[in-house]
Amino acid sequence: MSIQVNNLTKFYGQQKAIDNISFQANEGEILGLLGPNGAGKTTTMKILTCFMPQSSGDVSVCGFDTRKNDLDIKKIMGYLPEHNPLYGSMYTKEYLTFVAAIHKLDNKSKHVDRVIEETGLSKEKNKRISELSKGYRQRVGLAQAIIHDPKVLILDEPISGLDPNQLIEIRSLINSLKKNKTIIFSSHILQEVESICDRIMILNNGQVVQDNLIENITENTVQSQKVLVEFLNNISEEVLHNHLDNVRIKQENKRLFEISYNGENDIRSLIFDLAVKQENKILEMKSKGSSLEDVFKEVTKKN
Amino acid sequence: MKSIYLKEISSFFSNLTGYFVLIIFLLLTSLFMWVFSETSILSYNYASLGQLFSIGPIVFMFLIPAITMQSFAEEKQKQTLEFLMTKPITDIEIILGKYLASVTLVLFALLPTLIYYYSVYQLGSPIGNIDNGGVIGSYIGLFLLGAVFVSIGIFVSSLTSNQIVSFIVSTFLCFCFFWAFDFISNLSAFYGKTDSIIKSLGIAFHYDNISKGRIDSKDVIYFFSLIIFFLYLTSLSLGRRNKV
Repeated sequence: MSIQVNNLTKFYGQQKAIDNISFQANEGEILGLLGPNGAGKTTTMKILTCFMPQSSGDVSVCGFDTRKNDLDIKKIMGYLPEHNPLYGSMYTKEYLTFVAAIHKLDNKSKHVDRVIEETGLSKEKNKRISELSKGYRQRVGLAQAIIHDPKVLILDEPISGLDPNQLIEIRSLINSLKKNKTIIFSSHILQEVESICDRIMILNNGQVVQDNLIENITENTVQSQKVLVEFLNNISEEVLHNHLDNVRIKQENKRLFEISYNGENDIRSLIFDLAVKQENKILEMKSKGSSLEDVFKEVTKKN
Repeated sequence: MKSIYLKEISSFFSNLTGYFVLIIFLLLTSLFMWVFSETSILSYNYASLGQLFSIGPIVFMFLIPAITMQSFAEEKQKQTLEFLMTKPITDIEIILGKYLASVTLVLFALLPTLIYYYSVYQLGSPIGNIDNGGVIGSYIGLFLLGAVFVSIGIFVSSLTSNQIVSFIVSTFLCFCFFWAFDFISNLSAFYGKTDSIIKSLGIAFHYDNISKGRIDSKDVIYFFSLIIFFLYLTSLSLGRRNKV
């Protein structure tokens, strides 16, 4: 178990930012940390990286306690903070050499060349960091986090501000890194989290409201099914309500409806019967499985 | 510590701070020494570097806060301090790296003034008629004074994320430590009672002592204790984040 968090609580003054959370993360696993703004994701990460101490509870990273062995943890930890702080006046290569020197790595230039290659910075290595575009700065941030081949990698919103192509590259980079590492990753882009992470933990108001493997997460939380249906002729919402019990209807336009319902039976045959009875025709009907987005809305809407 | 030190030095010279500091220091001291007729040694007719050592502390009072104002304030503002603090490096190493880099810049500013010494040495009649002991003492004094100002500047910079505030407050503190104790000791309330003790708390008192060419361990200890005191305060200020 490379990360073990037990009953972690953090106060900022009077305000409780993290409320007694416990979780663990294993080697070779990518854990996605989700939650609305102010849920405690960044605070959790700052405690894991020994930037600030917890108010109570125990956090251990690869067997080291964050309060006693912070230097040991910092040696095996790579961290990309949310705002990706960089020294704008330094050149990319100079900056990475500086980071390698802080980590006291032997053969600095070898490590620098390796991360430049891995993060695709070859073209930008002789530019000042302040001249780089946001996507490239994000890569520099990622490069400094992985230069010492850390056992634990903590990435706070690493993919915000990237264009779709860069997104794919960074995604595959993160995937290629996961061997022998524990990666914790936070983001607001749910599709990305779904495609990168093995496990997802959702925080809300400083508490863990969901912690599950990605394949289990949608099944357990949301039981309702959704059907998207398009009729040939106009049909009113009342007619649908009159013929279908216990449904929620969202009207997209006069012929297109999203119908959600709770229950075992397949509602699609009922909709078909209804269309026949109304002498209408169905152009398209598809069932939408509940997505991570639904789970997210479901577990964070309380309070 | 070495990596921080080298990074700071290279950042001084990559964003021009370093060059400006050196140029302005040399420009001001040479104007006062050679050009302005009221203070120029050419009209003074006496082979001494006194002008350099009386104008030096005042120039340092403004220039050193300008060097140190960015040291922590900028890191805080750009949040790069968070980056440094999550690397395997202790607060003390960060502080010392930054401190020594700024002190090195002060040393770089002082080195070219050796030309003034050489010129005055040659201008003396007979050649070399200059109080060498006084000059050496004054150089050591000015360097130690610069080193104290740097520690004050670094401390103030660690308190704020605003560089302007850092500059103004550290200039004020440097001024206080240099002269204020002198002024206070002259107040009639202290006359004859504690005035010598109050006076000895200020930097000017010890600076004048050393400038005479008599390097007393008391004065040297005074300078080093001030430096250690302010660097210790800096480490407390950075350590505030560790409060639970």
